[in-house]
Amino acid sequence: MKYINKFAGMALGMAALSVAAAAPASAKVEGDTIVLGSAISLTGKYSTNGVHAQNGYELAVKRINEMGGVKVGGKSYKLKVVYYDDESTPARGAQLAERLIKQDGVKYMLGPYSSGMTKAIAPVSEKYRIPMVEAEGASRSLFTQGYKYLFAVLSTSEQYLASSIGLAAEIAEKNGKKPSEVKVALAFENDPFSQDVRAGVLDDAKKYNMKIVIDDKLPRDLSDMSTTLTKVRAVKPDLLVVSGHSKGAATAARQLKDMQIDVPMVAITHCEAADIIGKYGAESTEGILCPTQWAETLSYEDNYFGTAAEFDALFKKTYPTYNTVPYQAAQASAAVLVWKDAFERANTFDPDKVRDAIAATDMQTFYGGIKFAAEGNNIAKPMVLRQIQDGGYNVVAPSKWASSEVRWPRKPPMN
Amino acid sequence: MLSNFQLLVDFPATNVQLLLDGLMIGGIFALAAYGLALVWGVMNVKNLAQGEFVIMGGYIAFFMYRDLGINPLWALPVAGIVMFGIGWLLYGLVIRWVIGRDLFTSLLATFGMAIVISQLLNLVFGPDVQTANSGLGTRLFLGSVTIQEIRVVSLVVAGGLALMVILFMKNSRMGQAIRATAQDPRAAKIMGIDTDRVYAFTYSLNAAICGVAGVLISMIWVIQPFYGIAHSIRSFVIVVAAGLGNLPGVIVSALGLGVLEQYGGFGFGTEFQQAIVVGLLVLVLVIRQIMQARHRQVVQ
Amino acid sequence: MSISRRTLGLYGGIAIASLVAPFVFDTYISQLTVLWVMVLFAITWDAMGGQMGYNSLGNIFFFGAGMYISAVVQIGLHYDVAQYTAAYGAIKVDFTQAQYHVGLVLGTIVAALGSVVLAVVLSWVVFGLRGPYFAIGTLGIALAAGELVGAWEYVGAGSGISLPVFPGEPEVGERFFYFAFFIAAVLSFFFFRWLYGTRFGLAINAIRDDEEKAEAMGIRTMRYKTITWALSAFFLGICGSLFGNYNIFIEPLEVAFATVVFGIPMVVMALLGGKGTLWGPVIGAILYHVIKEATWKYFLGWQWVALGLLIVVTVVFFQQGIMGWAQDKWPELFGIEVEEDSAEGDREAA
Repeated sequence: MKYINKFAGMALGMAALSVAAAAPASAKVEGDTIVLGSAISLTGKYSTNGVHAQNGYELAVKRINEMGGVKVGGKSYKLKVVYYDDESTPARGAQLAERLIKQDGVKYMLGPYSSGMTKAIAPVSEKYRIPMVEAEGASRSLFTQGYKYLFAVLSTSEQYLASSIGLAAEIAEKNGKKPSEVKVALAFENDPFSQDVRAGVLDDAKKYNMKIVIDDKLPRDLSDMSTTLTKVRAVKPDLLVVSGHSKGAATAARQLKDMQIDVPMVAITHCEAADIIGKYGAESTEGILCPTQWAETLSYEDNYFGTAAEFDALFKKTYPTYNTVPYQAAQASAAVLVWKDAFERANTFDPDKVRDAIAATDMQTFYGGIKFAAEGNNIAKPMVLRQIQDGGYNVVAPSKWASSEVRWPRKPPMN
Repeated sequence: MLSNFQLLVDFPATNVQLLLDGLMIGGIFALAAYGLALVWGVMNVKNLAQGEFVIMGGYIAFFMYRDLGINPLWALPVAGIVMFGIGWLLYGLVIRWVIGRDLFTSLLATFGMAIVISQLLNLVFGPDVQTANSGLGTRLFLGSVTIQEIRVVSLVVAGGLALMVILFMKNSRMGQAIRATAQDPRAAKIMGIDTDRVYAFTYSLNAAICGVAGVLISMIWVIQPFYGIAHSIRSFVIVVAAGLGNLPGVIVSALGLGVLEQYGGFGFGTEFQQAIVVGLLVLVLVIRQIMQARHRQVVQ
Repeated sequence: MSISRRTLGLYGGIAIASLVAPFVFDTYISQLTVLWVMVLFAITWDAMGGQMGYNSLGNIFFFGAGMYISAVVQIGLHYDVAQYTAAYGAIKVDFTQAQYHVGLVLGTIVAALGSVVLAVVLSWVVFGLRGPYFAIGTLGIALAAGELVGAWEYVGAGSGISLPVFPGEPEVGERFFYFAFFIAAVLSFFFFRWLYGTRFGLAINAIRDDEEKAEAMGIRTMRYKTITWALSAFFLGICGSLFGNYNIFIEPLEVAFATVVFGIPMVVMALLGGKGTLWGPVIGAILYHVIKEATWKYFLGWQWVALGLLIVVTVVFFQQGIMGWAQDKWPELFGIEVEEDSAEGDREAA
């Protein structure tokens, strides 16, 4: 039954989208509507997260429009987003960005999903001097190329697991060991995002002089990582770090349990997106550390959504299929807030002036502080590290946001 | 990389683990490969949708597990039956018209089918990785070797199914008809065998076997709509290495491939697991070619 | 080969339409640019599969190889490649106008030649394989290449490479790539058109019809096969190099060695239009591209289901292709009919 509903929903959505796509080319501002554009993964491999992001964009647009829209030059404008489906392949991303800009006359862009897609699109928007506020591309390689029109509301990827390395060092010292004695095992997917996370972890580990005992790459079509875990069992690292989007989290959590791998500290990215607690139960995922860009328990606040918890509630109310709100959706909403704020401060539609206004952004949102470095990345918001404790996600680091103590060592998952 | 191989010497138990994991997963590979050998041998159809059948079986298990709350082990017969039906349908719609055409046609047509199947799975179930949990436990041996009970069950199921198929081929009328058709379709037709039905049955049987393999995969690994191609390639490697109509050969190469993948992944990193399979495909083809060339020379 | 007035008019018409199109349909320039890529794909595949009867499923290999070779050359001229491709983007790069164009030209030349070398080397492996084994083997090579490049740190592994951006106005850059692909496609079309009219063309047709007999008649089949493959590789290498620069971001599995997105459609386009004919691949490419863009626009989510079905239907029920069908239907009118058909197809796309 559920699938039939889903089909109906999809058919409706498609109909709506095709109507939108068939509409005549729109200018940057049509009447009283400001048009933003985004090429995003609505079909293909990344479509789950692409749709999360789209929902985030839509919720913020709806909210802003309900609250009176965007005020520019004393007039109130509504926001609207034109979406293109990039089919989750970077071979299409650049072409679509070009189409958004040329065929639809889009002058303001929202980002795609994933670092790879952002890498494909950013050069195009840069070329046309179209500002793009993106929410889903974390790789640092986006911010070393001197792009002037690219802004990211999320924390860059090297920060994802930095606090887990710090935590490992802390715990080692507590136990009378030197941080340099900590053995770290790495398993990272072979994609722009995960590989940059890995580069960050390597840097952090170097700082403490930790020893990297395993450094495996995971394939794009990961379905089995038992060989890596067999290695882990042999060399007994103190910290195991896995990053491979949702599939990495799902595979790692399953096989950690099935093979009863006993590592005192395990950190995995994308736990929430993969819903590993839901998949494997609280007991076998107990103690896994999960970095997140945003959590509904954090004490951030703004005028549009209220607190992080209120955003969480509103999101679930608007999209009832969600049990937990993925941070991918929250940061997408934040990106739209940045646009609104920048338009109002610039008080004009001139892309270059708006671009300067975005660069000068310094605001608090339900998603955290947003302030862009000269390179375009957000420097006002930390990553937080959560641990799965008794079937829930509790923030354990950094200490400013921590709601509970980290549990160490992690018990081997028995079943 | 070298240090990884050093680990095998330093920790002998890892060898046991890799061997066991490889053999047990190889048993599942053998199922899909045997199905391919059957279709290839009897109908001369090279089915590139093999992996998609496996993944479909996996999603049947996942659907029963998540949406109906049934233990996915029950999906073994269900997937077999459902996939048999889907196989019959696909035979009528597509494969029927491919038989007797040149070999390239069957490759491309089934590749097209594979795309359609994976995209439909994606539309229905979404692109996330999914799993089904059998609820079986894990046992610890030799202090550091784990065996998941589900893997043992898989091996038994795979073996049992293979045995059933062999007995069926030997003793049942349909089985005999299939073998007769494989040997000489024209003669079989003259003898009154409905070859069209034989083909339909063979193709459906293949789909059913793949479906069962998929159920097992979903309980051991993870599944995703686009993971089919890796399983297809595996089946091709195994069948090309073993040769057609050589069931013991298929089993041995499947187990061998399972072990090789584990060792390769261990030595070079998990990301090479797939590169190894594909590389092996090319290698096996080339070796076969060299051997055939030599054979031709001898004959001449 | 005598060129009739009619043919001349046809070519002239297409040429004028193609030259004017990027200016008249300025907003659709990216679709038009990719159209030429598709045409090039289909033409080069048809040289192998249609004219010589060797159905390769792995021609995409040369596209990807060309893309990567060119990228390494372009970057390596001025920077350290390993540093450039580091996952976190270690260095910021800037290419001057001169550096960019010299790099692009040089990269494309090396890519084309490199692809030829790879083709010659691989020919020792693949031409031992016959029939379906050839198809499976070439598919294996393309897939393996994607996996291996994806594991190769020096070229950025799975993180891919961001290539330098066209210096100057974006509009100029777009037209630049449109014409680059247009010229590449037209060159390959006329080259193969000429080739099929020579003894060489007859020889590879003979290989298609009966390789043993061709060999018995003294045709050095291996040499012909290798050269044909190398010629395909040459044009695909150029195409890959250009596409990498056009797309700016390249990546092994989804862009360079993209079997599902480009590799298999190459074959389908040639079959759809009619393999083994001059215009068939061109028509097929245009049709395929139009269908793909239309389904993407109007049946979002179902576009790949539709394309998969198109593959099945084309291969199973319509393998003679449009040209083959036309030949069957109006054998006596054939030739004239061809030209009108293709002209229509082209106008449609423009």
